[in-house]
Amino acid sequence: MTIQEIQEEIVDEFAMFDDWMQRYEYMIDLGKSLPLIDESLKKDENLIKGCQSKVWVHGEMKDDKIVFTADSDAIITKGIIAILIRAFSNQHPSAIIEANTAFIDEIGLKEHLSPTRANGLVSMIKQLKLYAIAYQTQLN
Amino acid sequence: MLDIQKIRKDFPILNREVNGKPLIYFDNAATSQTPQQVIDCIVDYYSRYNANIHRGVHTLSQEATDAYEEARIKIQQHFNAAKPHEMILTSGTTDSINLVANGFSSLLQKGDEIIVSALEHHSNIVPWQMLCEHTGAILKVIPMFEDGKLDMDAYVSLLNENTKLVFCNHVSNALGIINPIEFIIEKAHAVNAAVLIDGAQASPHIKADVQALDVDFYVASAHKICGPTGVGLLYGKEAWLNKLPPYRGGGEMIDQVTFEKTTYAGLPHKFEAGTPNICGVIAFGAALDYMNNIGFDAIAAYEDELLAYATQKLLAVGDVTIYGTENKVAVISFNIANIHPYDIGTIIDKLGIAVRTGHHCAQPIMDFYNIPGTVRASFSFYNTKEEIDTFIEAIKKAKMMLS
Repeated sequence: MTIQEIQEEIVDEFAMFDDWMQRYEYMIDLGKSLPLIDESLKKDENLIKGCQSKVWVHGEMKDDKIVFTADSDAIITKGIIAILIRAFSNQHPSAIIEANTAFIDEIGLKEHLSPTRANGLVSMIKQLKLYAIAYQTQLN
Repeated sequence: MLDIQKIRKDFPILNREVNGKPLIYFDNAATSQTPQQVIDCIVDYYSRYNANIHRGVHTLSQEATDAYEEARIKIQQHFNAAKPHEMILTSGTTDSINLVANGFSSLLQKGDEIIVSALEHHSNIVPWQMLCEHTGAILKVIPMFEDGKLDMDAYVSLLNENTKLVFCNHVSNALGIINPIEFIIEKAHAVNAAVLIDGAQASPHIKADVQALDVDFYVASAHKICGPTGVGLLYGKEAWLNKLPPYRGGGEMIDQVTFEKTTYAGLPHKFEAGTPNICGVIAFGAALDYMNNIGFDAIAAYEDELLAYATQKLLAVGDVTIYGTENKVAVISFNIANIHPYDIGTIIDKLGIAVRTGHHCAQPIMDFYNIPGTVRASFSFYNTKEEIDTFIEAIKKAKMMLS
């Protein structure tokens, strides 16, 4: 599936819920199913700055695609990063670089998009894209 | 007895909704809300007599100068300073602390010692670290116990003839604990060290008497006492303020200027370079009037009641750890089971409740407890038991969702 298709799938899933509580509960469930980062990769280099909670993200290339793993010590943050990873993992770097993130707004998490928000969703997206740019440079 | 419903009507912000729910504001330790009387004072200043002070001969300038200096006297009287010029008006507690730290940089020598407490806000640690780097002085720390109290035996053993300055908050911002500053001041003076007390967290709850305390410096911010942001105070004993060099150069702080030499103005102007926050200072005076009209004894008694009620209800939720349990102002710093404080803060914000989550600019305390942070609910005299009930329901909901 393309990033666009996965994002539409996520938007459809969130559209089933009537209120914020259900959306957050679903997000918390998604957090629990996050592909966990290897403990050895929970190091400061992989820590995303600008978050009140700790978020570690790691990306590595497998057959021209980047596979992301992540973890956080806060469960809502874990849910947010799980959604991002579902959309961006197993994709070609160029697709990740070009992807837009408007779907975050559509699933009712717009409030987390503010750059001043303490959870650093914007920083997470930036980090995923930085991985893509770095690996794209290697491919060229 | 306070008429809380009447008091609440003074705070227009309490009528607002957040995420479709009535706002419950329990982040008073970060900043307090502003009563209409203070808002009116700000509007009145800009509508009627906005002018620069201390130099104009015209009527508006005179009116603004009078109002500004009257506010200084209100602040002086509130903290019971001996003289108005011992009250330096600053942009806030951090600014006041930096002013003192900067002043001490010319008084300290290599090998001198500064003592700070383990309960400090970052703003209380960083300026002293910078000062020590600059002067070669040594920074020592009063350790804390598990219950959040400072170890006074350890403090006494840190003091010696090299100790030049002791620095401690009156009330800890992360835990809300009231520190034994009378003892700290007395012991420091016994070795001729100066004492600077940060009253930022104490000032909304406790009316400090700087003469009775015999403290050398006391600092606080207007925005925690129902006043505007960007205004604070530095109380200093006259002898100490005369000893410290000026902090910033600029207008207002000079006496005579030639290209060869400038002589500085006397107190308090020596430390008040440039155009100050005139409106903010006047509004701070109005905020103190407002608080004193209600009365600090009545405020403290009611807030203690809220604290006891909230503590008992919160503990009944189960799996709750409260950090700092005795001798506190109306602050509860807590965690629930292993749930991250950020998660709780996010969920209860959706329910219209404002609390602070995180390390509260006091990472060393969080490291001591080995936690990422806490949820901090801080109450003010305009909060109610009904709000606490709603808060407890929200906490239960968050706990259910996040466990």
